[in-house]
Amino acid sequence: MKIGVLLKQVPSTDTQVKIADPSAGISTADVKWTINPYDEFAIEEALRLKEAGKATEVLLLTVGNKDVEQRLRDALAMGADRAMRLDDPGFVGSDPLGVARILAAAAKAEGVQLVLGGKQAADDDNGQVPIMVAELLGWAHVGVVTKLEIAGETFKAWRASGGGAQDVVEGALPAVITADKGLNEPRYASLKNIMMAKKKAIEVKGMADLGLSAGQVGAAAALVKESGWSLPPQRPAGRILQGDNAARVKELVAVLRDEAKVI
Amino acid sequence: MGNGFLVVAEHDGGHFKKTAYELLAKAVELAAGAPVSAVVIGGDGAGDLGAHGATKVFTVNGPAFGHYSPEAWVAALQAAITASGAAVVLAPASLQNKDAFPRLSARIGAGYATEVTELSAAGGGVVARRPQYAGKAFSTVQIQSPVALFTVRPNSFPAKPATGGSAEVVALAVDAGAALTRVVASEAPSGDVVDLTEADRIVSGGRSVKSKEGFDTLIRPLAAALGATAGASRAAVDAGFCPHSEQVGQTGKVVNPTLYIAVGISGAIQHLAGMRTSKVIVSINKDAEAPIFGVSTYGIVGDMFEICPLLTDELKAALR
Ligand SMILES: Cc1cc2nc3c(=O)[nH]c(=O)nc-3n(C[C@H](O)[C@H](O)[C@H](O)COP(=O)(O)OP(=O)(O)OC[C@H]3O[C@@H](n4cnc5c(N)ncnc54)[C@H](O)[C@@H]3O)c2cc1C
Ligand SMILES: Nc1ncnc2c1ncn2[C@@H]1O[C@H](COP(=O)(O)O)[C@@H](O)[C@H]1O
Repeated sequence: MKIGVLLKQVPSTDTQVKIADPSAGISTADVKWTINPYDEFAIEEALRLKEAGKATEVLLLTVGNKDVEQRLRDALAMGADRAMRLDDPGFVGSDPLGVARILAAAAKAEGVQLVLGGKQAADDDNGQVPIMVAELLGWAHVGVVTKLEIAGETFKAWRASGGGAQDVVEGALPAVITADKGLNEPRYASLKNIMMAKKKAIEVKGMADLGLSAGQVGAAAALVKESGWSLPPQRPAGRILQGDNAARVKELVAVLRDEAKVI
Repeated sequence: MGNGFLVVAEHDGGHFKKTAYELLAKAVELAAGAPVSAVVIGGDGAGDLGAHGATKVFTVNGPAFGHYSPEAWVAALQAAITASGAAVVLAPASLQNKDAFPRLSARIGAGYATEVTELSAAGGGVVARRPQYAGKAFSTVQIQSPVALFTVRPNSFPAKPATGGSAEVVALAVDAGAALTRVVASEAPSGDVVDLTEADRIVSGGRSVKSKEGFDTLIRPLAAALGATAGASRAAVDAGFCPHSEQVGQTGKVVNPTLYIAVGISGAIQHLAGMRTSKVIVSINKDAEAPIFGVSTYGIVGDMFEICPLLTDELKAALR
């Protein structure tokens, strides 16, 4: 079985977001880039399945320009077998459904049977792309998974169902699974693997290789348009309560009831 | 091109969730006279949805709709969209809807925006604002397909009082299609708690509670006194004081309560990402320089081990 891992490059979670052009999104000048944290769980799970003899190959798939190659190398250094970058001038401006069409086409062309991705990307926080891939391929999916078992052609996945409850879901491959925190502890790359990853070739595929057309992907096909970027509204300055503990606690309960009217 | 709004009314053991009323209120406001309908999956009757603005309520029932599965939910939602002729679909951003809507979007070719926090009318359609980068930025989203799909963060809009209206109930016969997955077990959480993402009041504890015992004797009783749900920082979760399902923040739950009390939490950027839209934030921290005070409405600089029990008692007395 071949596993395709969806990997997205995102700003590290401690980035101080700045906006220079409200129509363009955040300023990327001082941004430190990382693999999306949830995708790290997906990579780790794929590597463990291969080590357990349940998978034959771990293929990384990303839609992005040359700037994302270092992230692919980081994931190769964790132990992935191959890395593929999906890039074409016609892909630029794709919305989530467009990105999903690109990834679905690549997964299909590569004969992937299990797609692992993140529960959501730390930039757009959409949580859409992998589930759309499942729908486009007509595959099963289980989202927000904290435990996964594969036995032959079937899988069992644990997904959160609200309020701390979990569903255990069964199905047959091919399938798409999205990883939540708790699925595993991602490994660190070894020095040897980092050196090896530097030498590995990164495959690049475009529109024609994947049999896609302009009506399906890119800005013209995008149904979702983003604009009007801003920072969150500033919260008004708060008040530090004064006095001894008993007095402050009394005052807090009073202001919550009479001033803020929230209790 | 469709017309009007369809609201996904979630329910829980016979009661509609608060989000159903929040979304109906917003739909009625934006519809400006266009039809507003609702869909109820795996539940009977319209309840008081008519009194909250729905003129039609579509119900979808059958063995496949008793417990969430993406295939059945997508089939039900697709049928309700067709039957209602709605151009805009509003659903709470629950785990279930966030799981089903991407599939629905790809199936019917409808643009979809996740976790929106504002909706306004614009040029005959609707535009949304939504947080990105875990709430460190906001953007405006426009959807350019005949049907627009939105999942809305709970507590984003106030519900309105009921009026005298009533709704026509239309039972839809929906073929759930071949199931691709099967739920073989459901593992319940301990206790009967409101999901953090829908909670109206939250009390969260951090690393400084020092132990599971500290969490259970300081944070949970304070939450109970307030009728609040307990939450935690990642440091508290990683130290094993409480389960990951209670983590608030960028890699935990994004919450939007009316009242958020942070106890012994420093206010790291990844924690703020999960709770900064709370309407009122209270923090208790012994370090006056802790960043959490920068987003707090009220702050107490002091020792939580002394303050929490006092506050618990004071609240019990006040709310009795
Ligand atoms: C990729 C990534 C994702 C992350 N995701 C999340 C996330 O989702 N959620 C999250 O919370 N964090 C997340 N973090 C971690 C985050 O950076 C912080 O480490 C974490 O939030 C700190 O938790 P804390 O405030 O409980 O602990 P600390 O930062 O150690 O703060 C403890 C606070 O308690 C106060 N204190 C100590 N004793 C007392 C006392 N007796 N009385 C009163 N106050 C006291 C101290 O003054 C201090 O402010 C993430 C980090 C990374 C790198
Ligand atoms: N451009 C991309 N390339 C590869 N994978 C992606 C891309 N965008 C999203 N994904 C995958 O989809 C997941 C959810 O992303 P999103 O829907 O953007 O929140 C990510 O964690 C990745 O696994």
